[in-house]
Amino acid sequence: MNGSAIAATGLRKSYKDKVVLDGIDLDVRAGTIFALLGPNGAGKTTTVNVLSTLVTPDAGTVVVAGHDVSTETRAVRAAIGVTGQFAAVDDLLTGQENLLMMADLLHRPKAEGRRVVAGLLDRFELTEAAAKPASTYSGGMRRKLDLAMTLVGQPKIIFLDEPTTGLDPRSRRTMWEIIRELVADGTTIFLTTQYLDEADQLADRIAVLDHGRLVAEGTAAELKRRVPGSHIRLRFADRHELDVAAQALPGSTRDDDDLTLRVPGDGGVRSLRALLDRLDARSIDVEDLSVHTPDLDDVFLALTGGPK
Amino acid sequence: MNSFADSTTMLRRNFRHSVRNPVAIINALLLPLFLIFLMVYVLGDGFDLGVSYIDYATPGLIIMTICYGVSATTVAVNTDMTTGFINRLRVMDVSRAAVLNSHVIVTTLRSLLAIAVIIGIALLMGFAPAASFPEWLGAIGVIVLAVVAISWLTVAFGLAAKTPESAGIIAAPLMLLPFLSSAFVPAEKMGPGVSQFAEYQPFSSIIEALRGFLAGTPSTGAAVAAVAWCVGITLVSYVWARATFSKRV
Repeated sequence: MNGSAIAATGLRKSYKDKVVLDGIDLDVRAGTIFALLGPNGAGKTTTVNVLSTLVTPDAGTVVVAGHDVSTETRAVRAAIGVTGQFAAVDDLLTGQENLLMMADLLHRPKAEGRRVVAGLLDRFELTEAAAKPASTYSGGMRRKLDLAMTLVGQPKIIFLDEPTTGLDPRSRRTMWEIIRELVADGTTIFLTTQYLDEADQLADRIAVLDHGRLVAEGTAAELKRRVPGSHIRLRFADRHELDVAAQALPGSTRDDDDLTLRVPGDGGVRSLRALLDRLDARSIDVEDLSVHTPDLDDVFLALTGGPK
Repeated sequence: MNSFADSTTMLRRNFRHSVRNPVAIINALLLPLFLIFLMVYVLGDGFDLGVSYIDYATPGLIIMTICYGVSATTVAVNTDMTTGFINRLRVMDVSRAAVLNSHVIVTTLRSLLAIAVIIGIALLMGFAPAASFPEWLGAIGVIVLAVVAISWLTVAFGLAAKTPESAGIIAAPLMLLPFLSSAFVPAEKMGPGVSQFAEYQPFSSIIEALRGFLAGTPSTGAAVAAVAWCVGITLVSYVWARATFSKRV
């Protein structure tokens, strides 16, 4: 499946006089993972709610799975699954009953529903806990059950709103594996997260949302390139060495207190060797050398957190 | 019809909730049972109402039983709204009728079960209704109407509350109002002000109608007032619940 799974243009949404979404354009290719990254209160959940038919935007158009969200809501709902920020499982029902309830609400024939549910329990390693009430599940199990409930409908497009918030590292990794498997099967994933490594690990494309606006969009690599900051840091034994090195390396910035020199560069092996050759030629002794490449943290901090 | 199938599914779910969370039904029974003993064995002999006191008090206790069983419903409805469960159902195109009706139906059935227990115990304690068969039908009619009205009101309360915690408290007036009615003492025996309030508040009308039917002395005026109150409360609560539901989700 190729083409656009989710296309949104000019989305706006305000609650009273608070602007939550301030003109958002998104295009998510089918069969890919798209991560919407942003700090708390950036408008991530509102975006998910608008794209998944739960909230009507004040302005803008959304086409999901080829259907207009406002005029063909039913067709959109048939194609999508949503797993919200809080595990929407029924605590008083068992894991199996939760899943069977979904099959019933989707009007699956009884036998088929049972088969799908048994398959999902097995796939998410919940078979053993299937007969226990969901209230006894751990955080990771609840999230898995929550996602399994979404998958009963075999949606083509899945919205995951902060799927790993509050999970321990091990459960996070399990969740990541599950998400990767889903995409391998051709599902499109739209996920929101406030964890940069999550977006870095999973997403084909990342959009950064801040105060209701998209401040950047691209692959993880593209975003990292957008932030100046790739540099080599040199530390010297004394002031004299620093002086000589600073003369030898024009364009660098010095820090007299730390006796360090910051040399801009792409951090590649060639430029590093050239740099060392130049220092060698002047017999400058370097105490310490480190290469800094920006990670998504730098991107995130550089792009978000402006004035409210 | 899909919406019928959905209602059945939701009904099964809420029914399981009631069975697995017996606190709701215990709550519904505990205080009314305590009140039966208190009123009949401790205080009842102090009142001279011209009738056996348990015959006087049972209709009031029946109505109180409804009020004590419903806080579980406000919490359940509110939990559905605040945990994202409702969003899951909406994305699956489950009708709002299926969601709300199933809560009302289960609350109604749970209340009727609790009422049956209370009537059984009252009978053991000497409650001797003088109702004929048609009067029994009238009494059951009043009970069912009152249960449905209060169930819709609680569902509306649950939808209106901000959190499950506040949802548990929002139904408290329902538990207190019956004390300011003719449930245990005739309104005319109360102090000035309270007496008028007790006489005209809905619980008194409903209880008087029920008392009339059970004692075999039905009064058309009381029955009409009770039906009017119940239907009115049901309609207002229904409209309020639907509106809040649409606004919240």
